[in-house]
Amino acid sequence: MSKRTIVPIGPYHALQEEPEFFKLHVEGETVVHLDIELGYNHRGIEKLSESKDFEETVFLVERICGICSTSHPIACVQAVEDAGDICVPERALFIRSTVGELERIHSHLLWLGLAGHFLGFNTLWMWAWRFREDVLNILELVTGNRNHYGMMKPGGVRRDINDTDIPVIIKLLEGLKDPIAMFRDAVIEDPLVHARTRGIGVLTREKAIAYGALGPTARASGYDIDVRRDHPHAAYGMVDWDVITCGNGDVFDKAVVRILELFESIRIIEQCLNQLKTVTGPVDSDPRFVATGEGIGHYEAPRGEVFHYVRSDGSNRPVRHKVRAPSYMNVPTNRETVLGETIADATIILAAVDPCYCCTERMAVAVDSPGGRRLWGAQDLIRMSCEKTYELMDESGLRGPEPPPCAAAGQTRDSGR
Amino acid sequence: MKTRGSNSADTINRIRGALGEHLLNFEKKSGRRVYIDIAPETVLEASSLMFEETGARLQIATGIDTPAGIEVMYHWALDSEDCLVTIRATVAHEDPSLDSIATLCPAAEWIEREMWELLGIEFRDHPDLRHLLLDDNWPQGNYPLRKFPSGQEVIP
Repeated sequence: MSKRTIVPIGPYHALQEEPEFFKLHVEGETVVHLDIELGYNHRGIEKLSESKDFEETVFLVERICGICSTSHPIACVQAVEDAGDICVPERALFIRSTVGELERIHSHLLWLGLAGHFLGFNTLWMWAWRFREDVLNILELVTGNRNHYGMMKPGGVRRDINDTDIPVIIKLLEGLKDPIAMFRDAVIEDPLVHARTRGIGVLTREKAIAYGALGPTARASGYDIDVRRDHPHAAYGMVDWDVITCGNGDVFDKAVVRILELFESIRIIEQCLNQLKTVTGPVDSDPRFVATGEGIGHYEAPRGEVFHYVRSDGSNRPVRHKVRAPSYMNVPTNRETVLGETIADATIILAAVDPCYCCTERMAVAVDSPGGRRLWGAQDLIRMSCEKTYELMDESGLRGPEPPPCAAAGQTRDSGR
Repeated sequence: MKTRGSNSADTINRIRGALGEHLLNFEKKSGRRVYIDIAPETVLEASSLMFEETGARLQIATGIDTPAGIEVMYHWALDSEDCLVTIRATVAHEDPSLDSIATLCPAAEWIEREMWELLGIEFRDHPDLRHLLLDDNWPQGNYPLRKFPSGQEVIP
């Protein structure tokens, strides 16, 4: 038996922008076990939400993730609407789906670029991101922002789409079809992509079900779920589109599902925009209060189902707000897909679920209720960090001379506040 | 787009029948949302009923601290019938423990670790109960999402 070694990837990921710690246990070149460590990106959003009113909460969850910055708000407002039995005007539903699908296109193009980059196919990366820019331009036209659109609110949307903008958007979308077809061919016909992704990192359908995998990760394994079809919301029940599935569950199929979904997203947006020409009326039912109750909202984000649970006690703030992002379910599937693969393939396998770490970790508080007293201030955190460093140095026998003076090292917990 | 449509009534009735006397309360909020209360000691059976026999998908579990105890909710999705079923068990502050469902349904492994560290719920027979989001040095007995601390030091 060969010797087992741990190859750390993280916490500052060599390739991705967000911190997460993958410990690859390897024997020779082969990965035999994976340990995933979270918590480096932890902001206390669920607890923070309890101190915001229902309209502010939407802005807060928008900042969970920069890429899914309209998926979380849609799920959140749907949870509030479910809790308070709030109606939404039909025109607002079409606008929600339009913005949601534009976000899916830019997110999938972003992933496609990164996947190309991880494979060493940098041309794909540059082309994908070049055309993602066009999508961001459309989003800026519709919402006023490239990201963090601020479009959703309980009872509707904040901003209408002007009739004069619709032909412009349709023309810009038309211009995306050829590039997307080029990406499809570049991935499906390229021998290098085949060699690197076919049969690599396979997630079987059984494992996908057991781990509760979501979105393209599940659909690539033949697990046919899509919240847009299965639990219709926004305008998805009123337009014609198809759910894309593949059967092999390898990295290649995950890429194919995402690329083919781009065409479906364009189909959905075109139909929504056409509907907007005839469906007139308000875009906001302007609810005045949220009745006591509990509600669940979910939305098919680019990475899979986003889940929000809200409980209201009749006041203007949620008593509890639970957020579950798709990566929370998808990242653990890596423990199955990476086994038996080589270290070289691990990077693309770990990236194939399109992980979003800031989504996965939303909770941390340094406040103890009910007194609201801060457990640890910034100085305390610095002191603890120093202590831990020296603890680790002691363990490894690396401790040299006495520690350099650390600003907060000598202070007590209370004086640090 | 042809949606699959909501015809969950049969499945819901079957779940009610199978839970039998374990079922403490049943609330049908709408055709698409059902809330079921059960006794905490029957969580494993109810989860097996939902996951293995009904084929439901575990969306996530959630805990809420209330004066009456800690409510733990398991949100199950019936994807082919457009219905979300929430199974709820309330555990007492004095003995906040539940059977782990992670061996039955690996999707629950992370969320049980999260509820353990943030709400202080002990999951019996969890395969790997350790910190998920918080640091390993987080003080024992300090649960950030507890609102009604009982038995733990109340900080003024």
